[in-house]
Amino acid sequence: MSHRELDDMLGRGWRKPAFIKNTALRWTLIVGFVAYLIAAFMTIEVDWGRVYDGLDRGWAFVLAFTNPDFLSRWSDIWSGLVESIVMTVAASVVGILISIPIGLGAARNIAPLPVYVICRGIVAISRALQEIIVAILLVAIFGFGPLAGFLTLSFATIGFLSKLLAEDIEAMDKVQAEAIKASGARWTQWINYGVQPQVMPRLVGLSMYRIDINFRESAILGLVGAGGIGATLNTAFDRYEYDTAAAILLLIIGIVMALEYLSGVIRARVQ
Amino acid sequence: MPVLEREGAQIWRRRTSGESLIRWVGWLLGVAVFVYCWQIISESTTWFFVWDAPRIANDIWTRATPPKWEYITQLGRPIWDTLNIATLGTMISLCLAVPVAFLAARNTTPSALFVRPIALLIIVSTRSINSLIWALLLIAIIGPGVFAGVVAIAIRSIGFCAKLLYEAIEEIDHTQVEAITATGASRWQVMAYGIVPQILPAFAGIAVFRWDINIRESTVLGLVGAGGIGLQLSASLNVLAWPQVSLILVVILFAVVISEWVSAKVRGAII
Amino acid sequence: MLRLQKLTKTYKTGDQALKSIDLDVPKGQVLALIGPSGAGKSTMIRCINRLVEPTSGAVMLDDVDLVKLSSGALRKARREMGMIFQEYALIERLTVMENVLSGRLGYVGFWRSFLRRYPQSDVDEAFRLLDRVGLLHMADKRADELSGGQRQRVGICRALIQNPKLMLVDEPTASLDPKTSRQIMRLITELCQERGLAAIINIHDVALAQMFVPRVVGLRFGEIVYDGLPTGLTPDKLTEIYGEEDWEATIEKVEDDETGIEAAE
Repeated sequence: MSHRELDDMLGRGWRKPAFIKNTALRWTLIVGFVAYLIAAFMTIEVDWGRVYDGLDRGWAFVLAFTNPDFLSRWSDIWSGLVESIVMTVAASVVGILISIPIGLGAARNIAPLPVYVICRGIVAISRALQEIIVAILLVAIFGFGPLAGFLTLSFATIGFLSKLLAEDIEAMDKVQAEAIKASGARWTQWINYGVQPQVMPRLVGLSMYRIDINFRESAILGLVGAGGIGATLNTAFDRYEYDTAAAILLLIIGIVMALEYLSGVIRARVQ
Repeated sequence: MPVLEREGAQIWRRRTSGESLIRWVGWLLGVAVFVYCWQIISESTTWFFVWDAPRIANDIWTRATPPKWEYITQLGRPIWDTLNIATLGTMISLCLAVPVAFLAARNTTPSALFVRPIALLIIVSTRSINSLIWALLLIAIIGPGVFAGVVAIAIRSIGFCAKLLYEAIEEIDHTQVEAITATGASRWQVMAYGIVPQILPAFAGIAVFRWDINIRESTVLGLVGAGGIGLQLSASLNVLAWPQVSLILVVILFAVVISEWVSAKVRGAII
Repeated sequence: MLRLQKLTKTYKTGDQALKSIDLDVPKGQVLALIGPSGAGKSTMIRCINRLVEPTSGAVMLDDVDLVKLSSGALRKARREMGMIFQEYALIERLTVMENVLSGRLGYVGFWRSFLRRYPQSDVDEAFRLLDRVGLLHMADKRADELSGGQRQRVGICRALIQNPKLMLVDEPTASLDPKTSRQIMRLITELCQERGLAAIINIHDVALAQMFVPRVVGLRFGEIVYDGLPTGLTPDKLTEIYGEEDWEATIEKVEDDETGIEAAE
């Protein structure tokens, strides 16, 4: 039998089976996608003359990176940078402290249902709202300045960290936690001995990562008046002071790299 | 965790007294830094506004509700632009991220000494700078509009995608590559048969994940003039048209939820 | 046909994996390479097709020194040597057919292989080989849906479709159960006989080697310490290769197994 099968197949071409088996569906998807792309490209209005003119400025900006100007606006840069760092530190501390109880509450395996629903709700709201939009609202409410930025970053940290912490707790090894419970520990002891050691390394790693993100975000909050280096950067762009802008960007990149390196070291030590 | 000998009895302590001391000093320092940061924030805050905040928040809330639903007719085009910024930006960035990732991965880089550091530099610098800042920069260079938004999203996403992709490349199963090499395949054939099939699922996951993030980011790019629904938000904020602002926020929230749902669905289908 | 001359491999760490190996494999001969882990079996096989670059010495395949070849010529030479791997090394996410056809990569151009437009003769040969190993009905299945034994059969097809003169086989049975191991070894030796191929089978299971091959080479610390008939592997010889152990049991077990499997089939 198998030989007849072979004889049938010999001399016939061979095609790789298609990823989407249904031919009609496959072609609909392909055609739809191409049509979308064409429509999207048609509706983007590009003023090529303006782009062409901009090339010189773009080149000037690239050159500015080779010759950044840290000095002429150093006092502005310095105060903006300090404000960014201060916001990052304060918001990370507060955000992490608040996100731990919320993270515990958002883990289905340790929290009762009402608490779980409330905590998940907080997480969902915080994650759905863009930092910059939160910042706009908070600036409108609390006035200009780093307080609005601090609150924004704290709020964003809560959504980010609580969600990941809760997922981590839900994925933890149940047996270890049960062993502690079996010893007659009360709830707080159970969290301290059964849950905390398991999730601590990842919590530290995620916190470091979030500090990194908070710093990056703090650099744009100034655009809407919520304090930090963003305001200085915006001014530099407005005045076409590319060398100052380049200096600020280099500082941001440098600090982010340092933070990433630091978090790598700390994560390696904790694990 | 030492066991100490004291007055003939053995006492167990979690840490020696030296270790405890270092820990306490560490905590003290941390608290001091936090208090200092808080002071800086507090100094540049007008506390009168803060005490007045509940009243202002209430005021904004009453003005903003109900949202001005009929304004939605004017949001069609901005929503379309926002979608295009995210989608086209993601596609362009993927095209650029793939070569960068191959140059950055230890096992595929042509030269670990010269090429790899450059690729890593591209990844770090594009990643550390927020898309809003890229948008600011591009607007200064090529003028405001959707095109600047697309390019800003594309540049910002290169680092993110390339980083995840090169980590996936470094984790591939090397024997499959060896097997293809052993057939006498050329360098490019080894790439197409030995490496690409292994990283394809990761690639698809990264693409969808980043597209989801880009939808969020493109909603606010308009705040600095880079097209999309953020332009309307910014315009409404400038004239304090709160009912319009609340409608736009509802639309943005809706878009974020939908994109998250789509990305979760697609990722589920791939993996 | 294949001749290794003073083949030496020293790793960067200073470990001498191969110490001046001399070996001659005539056309059509199947030989087993045995030895403890770390004896350099795997390194030796990979030095022949230069997946591992030898430090010094020569690998003569029909009067061509593979060690001296440029990368282009090396690729042509690699087509003459089919390789079979321990963990199958199939491309898990591609179909069985694509895996088999990937053995032709050295013969077709990049775009042809990229678009999967292989010449009809290659496709026919792939069908024939799959039929020979009993996997024709699996042609369009993805490789990761197959069992271990089936995957190794696909691996064999991929090596054979290269139309090689020499097979390099690296621990073909290490990830398989005893019964499948025997089937795979039988298949490999049969196919080599049918096509008159020489083969170097690197294997750690002495009993299995004794069952299927006419010549055994024993490697210890990168040196050849035995070269001869499988029947010549006395307990003394095995001690020399592997170190002190009670070998009587192993050797006897071979004969037991032989009758056992014959009874079973």
